[in-house]
Amino acid sequence: MLELQNLCMQFENAKHATLKNINLQIPEGSFTCIVGASGCGKSTLLNLIAGLTLPSSGSILLDGQPISGPGRDRVMMFQESALFPWLTVLENVCFGMKINNVPKAKQLEIAGHYLDMVHLSRFRDYRVHELSGGMKQRAALARALCMDSKILLMDEPFSALDKQTTNLLREELAQIWQQTKKTIILITHSVEEAVFFADRVLFLSEETANIAGEYVIDLPRPRHIESPEFIRYRQDILYQVRNEVEKIEHAEEMAG
Amino acid sequence: MPKKWPARPGKKAPWWGYLFFYMLLIGLWQLLYMLGVSLEWWKPYAFPNPAGVWQSLLSLSRDWNLLRAILYSLSRAALGFLLACLIGAVLGLLLLKLQLLSRYLKPLIMGVQTLPSICWVPFAILWFGLNQQAILFVVVMGSAFSIALAVESGMRNIDPIYVKAARTMGASGSKLIFRVIFPAALPNLLSGLRQGWSFGWRALMSGEVMSSAIGLGHTLMMGRDLADINQVMLVMIVIILVGVAIDKGVFSSIEERVLRQRGLA
Ligand SMILES: Nc1ncnc2c1ncn2[C@@H]1O[C@H](COP(=O)(O)OP(=O)(O)O)[C@@H](O)[C@H]1O
Ligand SMILES: [Mg+2]
Repeated sequence: MLELQNLCMQFENAKHATLKNINLQIPEGSFTCIVGASGCGKSTLLNLIAGLTLPSSGSILLDGQPISGPGRDRVMMFQESALFPWLTVLENVCFGMKINNVPKAKQLEIAGHYLDMVHLSRFRDYRVHELSGGMKQRAALARALCMDSKILLMDEPFSALDKQTTNLLREELAQIWQQTKKTIILITHSVEEAVFFADRVLFLSEETANIAGEYVIDLPRPRHIESPEFIRYRQDILYQVRNEVEKIEHAEEMAG
Repeated sequence: MPKKWPARPGKKAPWWGYLFFYMLLIGLWQLLYMLGVSLEWWKPYAFPNPAGVWQSLLSLSRDWNLLRAILYSLSRAALGFLLACLIGAVLGLLLLKLQLLSRYLKPLIMGVQTLPSICWVPFAILWFGLNQQAILFVVVMGSAFSIALAVESGMRNIDPIYVKAARTMGASGSKLIFRVIFPAALPNLLSGLRQGWSFGWRALMSGEVMSSAIGLGHTLMMGRDLADINQVMLVMIVIILVGVAIDKGVFSSIEERVLRQRGLA
């Protein structure tokens, strides 16, 4: 269980707090998606959970223990793959295990397993620059999964990919999540993507610098984006998000 | 103006193209020399000419004199460069680690770095006398600071996303430095070392012309003492060729391999 308590983030040179008093509980094994306009603080929130930045106030507890820095129990994936260009695919995938002194044989076994899972076994000796965008994200996913972390943090992992690749990777991630039952927190600006993955969608509002909406997605898996129920959820959330955005625009007009 | 900007570097010419071009250039040079002599623009011994340079090469090659000078200079340069790397690395890492020190010290280092290395020669002679150490000192002073600055900026200016990713996988401390920051900075570091070497090579020549130790610089000055313009020219050409050979053969080829591995070249 991950717990955020009165979490605030105020950057030194910013006028307003980016995050204000966020309280949130994320149960183990759940898939949570955070949506919101760009610049509303999604990445900031994820970086805080990762421990890459420290909050201005408030705390984050993982299984009751406060988080004070980054750790291998919370692996993060980014929009750009962040794979290391000086290593091969296999070496990249093994990187985290090597850092954590996993024996070589074990590394290869685990890496082989996850490379299979993301369909990259044939490309294990490729260099990063020889991979397509989708393959890079797959490799990054395998690298993250190898860590066997409690939580997987994903910051818009598919938003730099084309539509077709995105769809393919979404299917794969949904499957992988069902196989591994890992706690995943995924940031996206696509409501469709959020409804596709999430047990629960959180809407982060720039205006309130807090979570302005929470939607439990009670749909069977695998989910189909064309199904009427799916579309209903998507419309619902989009409608409320749009209201929120209009409120902000209105407020800005009044102010300006 | 080229039509496209940035203009693409042209394709490399074939080797026989280069051979032809430089043979032609040398031929023209010889013609110019003979023309100058016959029109009495200069005395035969006052202007270098290819045939004379060739003669110098033959006479300096007897008794292995030239080769010995090259080897002495190169080993001195290599030793100085190694020392400069050591000092540069330590200084660079200090600048990287100690923000406050960096803020105050960097302007000084950048200032000293602009000092032409020949300006260190009098200082070195006063400290060490006219000997090997003095030359080495000049080489180190000529290249260590540029290496330090390259180490500092090279390590600082890596893509922070690599560090972020590694930290969430549990990397920290020396593992983060040696497995992530250092390899990420490697292309920057290599180009810094290459520049450091070229500063060092120039500094070495400044030192050697002043001293009586065997080396290319000394051979150059011997040419002056003998009033042998062809020997002077020959040694200058050799200094250029050795410099280019090391730059291309060692630094450039390592750099290229690293960049190609990462898809950057
Ligand atoms: N290191 C930082 N220093 C100052 N301001 C920052 C920093 N990181 C993010 N911000 C600001 O915080 C806000 C939220 O940024 P971010 O979390 O990246 O948004 P999102 O990921 O939702 O697009 C932005 O206004 C951004 O300018
Ligand atoms: Mg973001």
